[in-house]
Amino acid sequence: MTALRGRAWTFGRDVDTDLIIPARYLNMKTAEELAQHVMEDADPSFAEKVQPGDIVVARENFGCGSSREHAPIALKGAGVSVVIAKSFARIFYRNSFNTGLPILVAPEAVDGITEGDELSVDLATGEIVDLTTGAQFQAQPLPPFMRELVEAGGLLPYLRSRAEG
Amino acid sequence: MAMTMTEKILARSAGKESVSPGDLIMARLDLCLGNDVTAPVAIDEFEKAGFDRVFDPEKIALIPDHFTPNKDIKSAGLVAQMRAFARKHGIVHYYDVGRVGVEHAFLPEQGLVGPGDVVLGADSHTCTYGALGAFATGVGSTDLAGAMATGEAWFRVPESHRFDFDGELGDYVTGKDVVLFTIGQIGVDGALYKAMEFTGPAIRGLSMDSRFTICNMAIEAGGKSGIIAPDEVTKAYVEGRFRRQPLYYTSDPDAWYEKTHSWKADEIPLMVAKPHLPSNTQPAADLGDVRIDQVVIGSCTNGRIEDLRQAAEILRSRKVDKDVRCIVIPATQAIWKQANDEGLFDVFVDAEAVVSAPTCGPCLGGHMGVLAEGERAISTTNRNFVGRMGHPGSEVYLAGPYVAAASAVAGHIATPDQVGGRRRS
Repeated sequence: MTALRGRAWTFGRDVDTDLIIPARYLNMKTAEELAQHVMEDADPSFAEKVQPGDIVVARENFGCGSSREHAPIALKGAGVSVVIAKSFARIFYRNSFNTGLPILVAPEAVDGITEGDELSVDLATGEIVDLTTGAQFQAQPLPPFMRELVEAGGLLPYLRSRAEG
Repeated sequence: MAMTMTEKILARSAGKESVSPGDLIMARLDLCLGNDVTAPVAIDEFEKAGFDRVFDPEKIALIPDHFTPNKDIKSAGLVAQMRAFARKHGIVHYYDVGRVGVEHAFLPEQGLVGPGDVVLGADSHTCTYGALGAFATGVGSTDLAGAMATGEAWFRVPESHRFDFDGELGDYVTGKDVVLFTIGQIGVDGALYKAMEFTGPAIRGLSMDSRFTICNMAIEAGGKSGIIAPDEVTKAYVEGRFRRQPLYYTSDPDAWYEKTHSWKADEIPLMVAKPHLPSNTQPAADLGDVRIDQVVIGSCTNGRIEDLRQAAEILRSRKVDKDVRCIVIPATQAIWKQANDEGLFDVFVDAEAVVSAPTCGPCLGGHMGVLAEGERAISTTNRNFVGRMGHPGSEVYLAGPYVAAASAVAGHIATPDQVGGRRRS
């Protein structure tokens, strides 16, 4: 897998799933529909501004609250390539990998990155480079099966590809 | 080897003698469930992955409760998809409007979850069932899809944190105040990934309804599960109701806890959580003049019969403030009927509150009481995040039924004593 590359969008702590995708949009379920409302109540213009490959950088407990898988689906649908945070809420952590959205725990990177910085992230090595400042950070790398799971697009495609392989 | 009750339940489900925190296990599930928000995504995943049958049509519950009776065409489509899937696969526990209730009130009431169970639910408040001495945890739709296909799920055995409450709770103080107090003390990630075990005389003195309220909000502290040891109160609730054989597990006296918090129950006041986190708590009496536009009494947290009785004690022979809309939502059909039989609806209607059909509705800003910009509600629900009940510029305060009902009468956030206390029929 080549390194992911995109612009950093920074958020604070306890970003809940109602901020990531408000419940008023849960009568929808496709990535295309949900992506139009991603992070709407945190930043109403986020969905327009975010570009494919961009990277969300947040503080502690990202994704707390409901179990809605619509949250990682919306982020991924909007083109977010990876979420970096100091810590993740448990259900969101599981849902992200299950839907093929990679996420990394990297507290020092979160402290060192400024909104708008251009980042490069290598999931295999866990290396995060802030291309704007030149700073380098290390996250725990994803084990091979988790990278395969992300590349397959989530848990069920991964399980199917293994069954067929 | 000494184990907590959570470890014992997980060991049984994995077919092991014992497990320890940090172990990764494959657990056999006693029940898995989804609702009209999460199940449609799970069904898509299930079908995309090419599964053609469910592992056991008796061990899957599909509960359309969030946007029902359906609020719009899109949400009707979601339930139609669930209904078709349930028919196709012969899902025994699919319930439609007229039979259904808010899932975490409904499944225990119907005896579909019980002591010793391992329950996986595509809803974060699945942790509610821990009140029965079960291990129950919330997941997303993909995990539910895998569970519907295989009947199994992997878990990391969580460390247990113990929350011990000595002594007795004060007047009007209920499970909601206990859990808001707890979350206020430890924060919204204070028990991240942990099993939260609630113990002590004050917990043993609580009704099942109050225990459900406590375990329901374990997720608001980041918990993987909440759990309360089964006792005579549990057994009385389960007998004649639970459809399988209950397994009563309790923690060994020398079991290991990563953390133990000890508090005195009589020091817990009536609590309110202010916007925009459940951990942003303050004693209700200290709040000052916080005007409100709406009161919601209901949900998987506080929509059970005891909650409605408490609200009625305060609303009896009083009126809801002229500038306040008060919405009462019994959580299930059985609770609705019982409240009606007990005359509680007369109390609510005479007080000029409205009574709704069972639904999650306004708790997540779905329908039946969505807030406009600048409006403020006090609610017996579980989350007060930005935009949770409607416009992102609205506010939700969380409290138990006594404070919610007293606030409805006062027009601002108030305690029962501030409006003259309870009135019995």
